Amino acid sequence: MARKSRRNMLAMLTAAATTGGGVAQASGSDDGSRQKTQAHYFPNVELMTHEGEKVRFYDDLIKDKIVVINFMYAECQGICPGITANLRKVQKLLGDRVGRDIFMYSITLMPEKDDPEALNHYVKMHGIKAGWKFLTGKPADIETLRRKLGFSNSNPKLDKDRNNHIGMVRYGNEARQWWAMCPGQANAAWIVESILWMDGPKRIQPQNGTQSKSEKSAG
Amino acid sequence: MANISKRNRRREKEILDAAKNRREIIAARLSRRDLMKMGLLTSAGYLIPKRGLSARAQYSRDGSGRGCFGGFNTPPSPLTNPFVEPMPIMPIHQPVTQFSGPPPTVNPNTAINPATGLPFEGRTRPHQALSQFPAQKLYEVHQREALVSVHPQLPTQRLWSFNGNVPGPTYVAHYGEPILVRNYNDLPSNNGGFGIQSVSTHLHNGHTPSESDGFPCDFFAVGQYYDQHYPNVLAGFSSTNPPNGDIREALSTLWYHDHRVDFTAQNVYKGLAGFYLLFNEFDTGNEATGFRLPQFPDFDIQMIFGDRNFDPQTGLLAFDLANRDGILGDKFLVNGKIQPFFQVKRRRYRFRWLNGGPSRFYQFFLTNPNNLSQVNRFWVISNDGNLLPNPVQVSSLRIAVAERMDVIVDFSAFPAGTILRLENRLQQCDGAGPTDNILSAGQGDQVLEFRVVSDPVTDGSVDPATNPHFYDVPPRTTVNQCRQFKFDRRNGQWVINDKFFDCNEVRFRVKRNTAEQWNLEGGFDWQHPVHIHFEEFQIISRNRNTPTAIERGRKDVVRLGENDDVELFFRFRDFVGRYPMHCHNTIHEDHAMMLRFDIDDTGNSNESCDSHHH
Repeated sequence: MARKSRRNMLAMLTAAATTGGGVAQASGSDDGSRQKTQAHYFPNVELMTHEGEKVRFYDDLIKDKIVVINFMYAECQGICPGITANLRKVQKLLGDRVGRDIFMYSITLMPEKDDPEALNHYVKMHGIKAGWKFLTGKPADIETLRRKLGFSNSNPKLDKDRNNHIGMVRYGNEARQWWAMCPGQANAAWIVESILWMDGPKRIQPQNGTQSKSEKSAG
Repeated sequence: MANISKRNRRREKEILDAAKNRREIIAARLSRRDLMKMGLLTSAGYLIPKRGLSARAQYSRDGSGRGCFGGFNTPPSPLTNPFVEPMPIMPIHQPVTQFSGPPPTVNPNTAINPATGLPFEGRTRPHQALSQFPAQKLYEVHQREALVSVHPQLPTQRLWSFNGNVPGPTYVAHYGEPILVRNYNDLPSNNGGFGIQSVSTHLHNGHTPSESDGFPCDFFAVGQYYDQHYPNVLAGFSSTNPPNGDIREALSTLWYHDHRVDFTAQNVYKGLAGFYLLFNEFDTGNEATGFRLPQFPDFDIQMIFGDRNFDPQTGLLAFDLANRDGILGDKFLVNGKIQPFFQVKRRRYRFRWLNGGPSRFYQFFLTNPNNLSQVNRFWVISNDGNLLPNPVQVSSLRIAVAERMDVIVDFSAFPAGTILRLENRLQQCDGAGPTDNILSAGQGDQVLEFRVVSDPVTDGSVDPATNPHFYDVPPRTTVNQCRQFKFDRRNGQWVINDKFFDCNEVRFRVKRNTAEQWNLEGGFDWQHPVHIHFEEFQIISRNRNTPTAIERGRKDVVRLGENDDVELFFRFRDFVGRYPMHCHNTIHEDHAMMLRFDIDDTGNSNESCDSHHH
């Protein structure tokens, strides 16, 4: 994919891609914390992608990956279109890393209406490129995911109101157990910067006689 | 609707059951063996999380905003007996004669360390004041994993420490004695489930040049160091009060803590916080000189409070990664121990109380468990590290996250053998803020037990009842600029003036050496302890009223209640660069309730306030 602008961003991305972000740590004692986190936050429920593919949430979508997760629904007229457009910018800035070692997921809040076909239609309508999966599933499973991933509202009245659904985006690196959130309406470049922290620090191979460029390291 | 009320009834019953269960367990004085026989305890020694046993931890509130109902994600911690271990006192951090590694430089040391492939130093901007205030002492600190016991009934915890201490060691600094701290990131590769091995240490609330302040985006990686220069100089040294600054701006109780953007709550919860004390010719640490405040360190005691949750199965520290509102713990730690005791002599003590978060508001009372109706008064002498003009006597004291309150408690009136409990009687059901219900004496959170002992003791410290005078409040001047900020929530996203934090976005620029008024407005249903870095402010008014005596000084955290409207007066003096304003409920902060402002020599002046103020 040719990129005309954002040379620096691209250079950063390429450099980061070679440092093995998202690969499980060989070191570090196996203290059971990953399994604990998985059990608590990432139920291995079965979902369908907008391409009609059957997937397991933890095994296929989360494990060993850098991920970006939000919730939406196709009919949403509130914050969803804006956030989807914003995340489309994020996808563009991340380039071909999306689907390769960074994975974007949008989970429907209206699984009874948003079947794979409806989501596929949404994907086409928004010009979303490969590597960003839209997900649906059994309503009870979606509800479990929504609660476990931190997308429920502590106020039950607001929680029932889909127009008031949570506009945050969860980002993380499963292998490193780094998990945080940023607002889906934040500047796309800022969301990208946050996601790239999940690579860990950008190491520079010392070269003979050349002064390496110092970049802000991120982890 | 029928559904909801049915559910609420069930929850109410569970809460009642929980209280009953607790009372029964306490009343029956059940032994471990009894609890195991009853199936309430596992062989590893943890209480089975029987539904209803800990209503406090399990329930959040309903939509009406005042009950304690609704879903909550955190199971109750294992049972621990209170007051079984003494309260630890953090060690005093000792200076070094020379740094390990490369010598310090004004410009960041960006040479690549061949061992890590990273620049030696994480700093990106030169020290702006190191040549003006050369370091008289050097300190080195290593952030690393430490194996720590928080309670004998819980297993050893893998926490993150400064030099192996959780909380970190206490800096004892003096005005006029600049220091340089080499801060190493040696955190382990496995975080055990939460926290990020990327740090920025903020000195809260030093008059510190921006590059040493611990700005949230100045984080550095494992294998790097960051040299932080603390000039220990009074505000105004280059502007309003040359050459030494304004003594009325003197700070006493500061703290340092991690401030890594998006991960502050996790990293501080894991242990990255400690005290930084500043003495001068008035607040000397010697009760025979200056203001004659109780002698440091024997009778001048630092206490950092933190509420935490522990996994009911493993007994290990648990952080709820899905929580966006505010995390409330059901275990209360003081200086890193759950519900410790502290032996006191029959004399005056200066306690430096710090709410280390993550989210809870406390209202502390001194409760006599053998005489619950006894009112035990004490003196507040300092708010957020700023000595008040005069001591203020209180029977209780509220303290929000990151606030510091120095108090004088006089134990001479109590006979040896007296027990007093530091009790939080403020009801709080979730991260939104306290309900303002004050629980009855003995029903609150018993945080710490004071045991009055009979050792003969002298007391040369000043009696607050004689109304000693400390510093005047600096005069307020005409402001150059007024700015207005609304702290609110949009689709579960925290906002200031409808915008989110972004390290790269400068929201406004303040002109160096000018005064400003900032009006802060709280939103519906949520409370926010708002912290502004760099200079102390004065509260001009709270909801159009003069603030209480305790708030009528200088501060750096202001409690913003639901729909509150507070007006603050600031000066921004001496240094330039980037600083944040943010909610110090660290969960809100990590979910973007923060903004960046820069201090420079031009400023911007395109903002104004509604004209309801004076």
